[in-house]
Amino acid sequence: MTISARLPHDSAEAHVTGFARYTDDVPTPKNCLHLAFGTSRIARGRLEGLEVEQVRKAPGVQTVLTKDDFQHIPDCAPAAHDEPLLATRAISYTGQPLFLVIAETHLRARAAAHLGTANIIEERPILTVEDALAAETWFDSGPRTYTRGTPQHIIQNAPHRLEGRLELGGQEHFYLEGQTALALPQDNGDMRIICSSQHPSEIQHKVAHALGVPMHAVQVEVRRMGGAFGGKESQGNALAIACAIAAQRTGRPCKMRYDRDDDFMITGKRHDIRIDYEVGFTPDGKIEALLFKHYLRCGWSQDLSLPVADRAMLHADNAYFIPHMEITSYRLRTNIQSATAFRGFGGPQGMAGIERVMDHIAHHLGKDPLEVRQANFYKKGQTTHYGQKIDEFALEELVPTLAATADYTDRRAAIAAWNAEQKILKRGIALTPVKFGISFTLTHLNQAGALVHVYQDGSVMLNHGGTEMGQGLFQKVAQVAAHRFGLPLERVKITATDTAKVPNTSATAASSGSDLNGMAVAIACDKIKAAIAAWIAPLHQAVPEDVTFKETRVIVGATSYSWEDAIAQAYQARVPLSATGFYKTPSIAWDRNKGQGRPFYYFAYGAACTEVVVDTLTGENRILRTDILHDVGQSLNPALDIGQIEGGYVQGAGWLTMEELVWDDKGVLKTHAPSTYKIPATNDTPEIFNVHLWDGANTEDTIYRSKAVGEPPFMLGISAFLALSDTVASCGSSYPALNAPATPERLLMTMRGMQT
Amino acid sequence: MTTVAFSLNGKRRLIDCEPTQTLLDWLREEEGLTGTKEGCNEGDCGACTVMVQDKNGARALNACILFLPQIDGHAVTTVEGLRAPDGQLHPAQEALIAHHGSQCGFCTPGVAMSMATAHLNEATDHKDQLAGNLCRCTGYAPILKAAKTIEGKPAPEHLATPALLAATSETHLRSSDEIAEWYLENPTGTLIAGGTDVGLWVTKEFRALGDVAFIGQADDLREIRISDTEIWIGACATIADLRRALRPHHAHFADMLKRYGSEQVRNAATIGGNIANGSPIGDSPPALIALGATLHLRRGDQRRSMPLESFFIEYGKQDRSLGEFVEAVTFARQADDLCVYKVSKRFDQDISSVCGAINIKRENGIITSARIAFGGMAGIPKCAASVETALIDQPWDELTFTRAAKIFAENFSPMTDHRASAEYRLACAENMLLRFFAEKSGQLTDLRAVVT
Repeated sequence: MTISARLPHDSAEAHVTGFARYTDDVPTPKNCLHLAFGTSRIARGRLEGLEVEQVRKAPGVQTVLTKDDFQHIPDCAPAAHDEPLLATRAISYTGQPLFLVIAETHLRARAAAHLGTANIIEERPILTVEDALAAETWFDSGPRTYTRGTPQHIIQNAPHRLEGRLELGGQEHFYLEGQTALALPQDNGDMRIICSSQHPSEIQHKVAHALGVPMHAVQVEVRRMGGAFGGKESQGNALAIACAIAAQRTGRPCKMRYDRDDDFMITGKRHDIRIDYEVGFTPDGKIEALLFKHYLRCGWSQDLSLPVADRAMLHADNAYFIPHMEITSYRLRTNIQSATAFRGFGGPQGMAGIERVMDHIAHHLGKDPLEVRQANFYKKGQTTHYGQKIDEFALEELVPTLAATADYTDRRAAIAAWNAEQKILKRGIALTPVKFGISFTLTHLNQAGALVHVYQDGSVMLNHGGTEMGQGLFQKVAQVAAHRFGLPLERVKITATDTAKVPNTSATAASSGSDLNGMAVAIACDKIKAAIAAWIAPLHQAVPEDVTFKETRVIVGATSYSWEDAIAQAYQARVPLSATGFYKTPSIAWDRNKGQGRPFYYFAYGAACTEVVVDTLTGENRILRTDILHDVGQSLNPALDIGQIEGGYVQGAGWLTMEELVWDDKGVLKTHAPSTYKIPATNDTPEIFNVHLWDGANTEDTIYRSKAVGEPPFMLGISAFLALSDTVASCGSSYPALNAPATPERLLMTMRGMQT
Repeated sequence: MTTVAFSLNGKRRLIDCEPTQTLLDWLREEEGLTGTKEGCNEGDCGACTVMVQDKNGARALNACILFLPQIDGHAVTTVEGLRAPDGQLHPAQEALIAHHGSQCGFCTPGVAMSMATAHLNEATDHKDQLAGNLCRCTGYAPILKAAKTIEGKPAPEHLATPALLAATSETHLRSSDEIAEWYLENPTGTLIAGGTDVGLWVTKEFRALGDVAFIGQADDLREIRISDTEIWIGACATIADLRRALRPHHAHFADMLKRYGSEQVRNAATIGGNIANGSPIGDSPPALIALGATLHLRRGDQRRSMPLESFFIEYGKQDRSLGEFVEAVTFARQADDLCVYKVSKRFDQDISSVCGAINIKRENGIITSARIAFGGMAGIPKCAASVETALIDQPWDELTFTRAAKIFAENFSPMTDHRASAEYRLACAENMLLRFFAEKSGQLTDLRAVVT
């Protein structure tokens, strides 16, 4: 049984020995050139001229490309064609590439890039939500609204009414491996790209477009990424295009790797958001009507902001039935890095908004927030604000189970006693649920392909459209293939994602990797099995249905072949031993304009309970204990799933508590390296960290009834934020209205603003 | 160019290099040893961690800001050399696999090297040992589990007996006298001790350093001498050395130093560099000022001393002439009344928003002396003179401290930047004084001591 086995990551040994090869580790031909961008130091203005003579003269520089070297400047955008490789006329953010240095070494390219200067006529940058609203600079031709019922009317007449505002900061992906691409020119002007991307097909598409060749002339390969988290869905396009263009022009291999500071300055991050809310509710805390306004700073280009903002709207309910609801979403264009995909893809922002509302209502009524949450939980058969029926609602049992195992009620009482006694160190606790919709909201992306070969010696080669960024997708899918054939895992060779093997793939995103690719691989394996069965059954007066594949044997009636013998004979009998598999998610239908339909195949559920302690003198804080119960359906690999949950929680808590992006009033990002942007380190993890999987199979027919796990656990981190808020609440009588990231400073200042 | 001799994964190497070429660059670009990763190129993420052994033992260091002459004569182990020659995985590698300690794997070589070095040194403070290795995937739980499980396992033989060589580069200055002579002749040259600051001049600012000399092997300045009356700290003592030496004498200070950079940074950074670079924060200077430390400077054969606080004139300007260098810092032996409080966005490896050092002595309920110094509150590490005055000769009680805390604003008008606002910095300074009183009064003030 390879399904549900707690196997290590397929590359675990290669990781620990240093032999796992990332893009920058691939040996390059001796004549390889290295690239670096010269970037804008101004956030907004008109480009009047570039002075790059010093750059050209710098040691090791081969050539410098500016906009004047292009008849048509290549576009790097995933959808909207609004991201020129190099700025042409409009300067849109600090960090925007202006020219491309091509040099003998990486260091020389970087050093030279700093020698260029730009003549820019500065304009006042649009930086804040207020700036953008005043200037009406937005995408999607204005705000988008989803409405159910008559919320305005109901709120007016509700027994209780509250309004408030929540501001959540953005988040840098901080994948440990920075963006990297390598272009290797081939015969006939073809181009081979090796890069660190979640979306090889898009790289292929964009490179082909930039080179003016059909997609068949470009091959893209990705073996693994050193972390991605959404940051390599579209943000690697510029590097691959730059390398391809430079390789085409010089005829030499070209590589580009952003130095960490460049990576921060050039690439997009998670959308920050301001959420304004107005809620009407009953005396027992049940929401009658709710109005949300979402203000997202999308940065200078559209990138993936529309679906991100949509997903925030689709998660504005989280786990709660809200009979009357309206969400208006503003997708604001601002002169900063273009915000992009990041684990959860807007879901975390939307979900944090409703969790804040729950907390606020509980505080207002003097109730335990968990009680208010449970009072508002969906019941099976109800529909969401976008019309999707809730067929399964694991939280109904999952949350009480977690509350019991985490000893929530008793600890809450113990904390209250502690806070009454202690002057300086205060504690707080929160238990929050997650309900996360699984599928791309753009329906056509919910498809995947696979290619499986069985060679005549019985070894199996596996390929599919998903990419490996650390999540263990390759191992999970290999487990599916091995299980399908009844083989031990080592018979299955995992190979790099390759656009020449499986075409037209979707990004490995939306947590969909194992759902889509696992199914496609299963289908491919089944085709090969069917071909073998169709050949072997008649030899034994049996029907194909009687042929089984297990324990490295092919069994037909009373006869049992070793796998090797069966395959060798099948080959000689001219049985096809290679197949493609194709899968598309069933049952989904979504009308984005109406905001109605079934965008998600199913929901993944989970809940976390976090306890924190805060120093009221400085706001410094620490997570004392976290308990998580999370639903992955029937796990394909519990070890990998728990890894996703633990890591997702810490990353989510990092977003809301310590990771702070600071731009100055000219739009310059001041936190552009790990020296100034702090992701969680070892001492930021919970002192006690209990993580368990919810025991339950997916009610939908997914691969072995498993559920997606990439993004949902990220939102478990909301419990850390609300535990901090709970602690602040113990310092006074008013509602804390804490914003994120809840840094020590923000906590202290919020405590100081409390009424006592 | 200079010539450097070292052993790399057990093999003797003799190479010609530019003295400011980093070990990471050499490993990856020239040796094709790409297991050691570049994550940030500034010593903040630990993906490039290697093990360096010399006569003083084994240290984890960041290869991205380690210049090749700094490993001259030493034994370097990279992740490719962590396995035994017979291919047997190191216990750290086995444990990382068994406990699912790698996901994307990019931080893993550095994690494995930090873990193996800690294991060799029999260190079990795993969170502190690994705080300099950022991981974005796992949330650290499986990594910490893996580290725990290898406690007490025997160290592999190939790491226990490193092959040390004689250093060959002429860029080393091996004593205070040699430094004095060289610096007098090359007053615009650059002295490199640990390189945790100078490294970034090269990797991030592309500065051509001109004449450089390495002083990390100046043994007389690496010493920390503790007599009955005085503690003498040579300029080349590392922060790790300092932390070990101070623990029995000034526990609070030593404890704060575990938050100075990371294990990799503390193993390289020196107290001399920490003072001489004139950082407005520095972390060590406020504590040393509060201890009443004296700074000893040397230029050629001339030596002079001054109270440490006098060395810092204004932001970017110190009382040091061309060719003059920090030789040592000293302070008198005293009862340990010092508390050092560091506030930053992250507990580990972060630059302080505010670092406060408070050293208040009392007799019979009356405050007899008060030394209070702060980093992060001005362009330089600075004393809170008015607060000190307000405390001295006053009764040791809450009222005294509450009153004194209110006058920090007389001494400081801190700046607002991406780390903290002026308002927050001032609030922290005030509250640190209150925390000092609360702590000395036996109240619970230590966040890290709380268990649920």
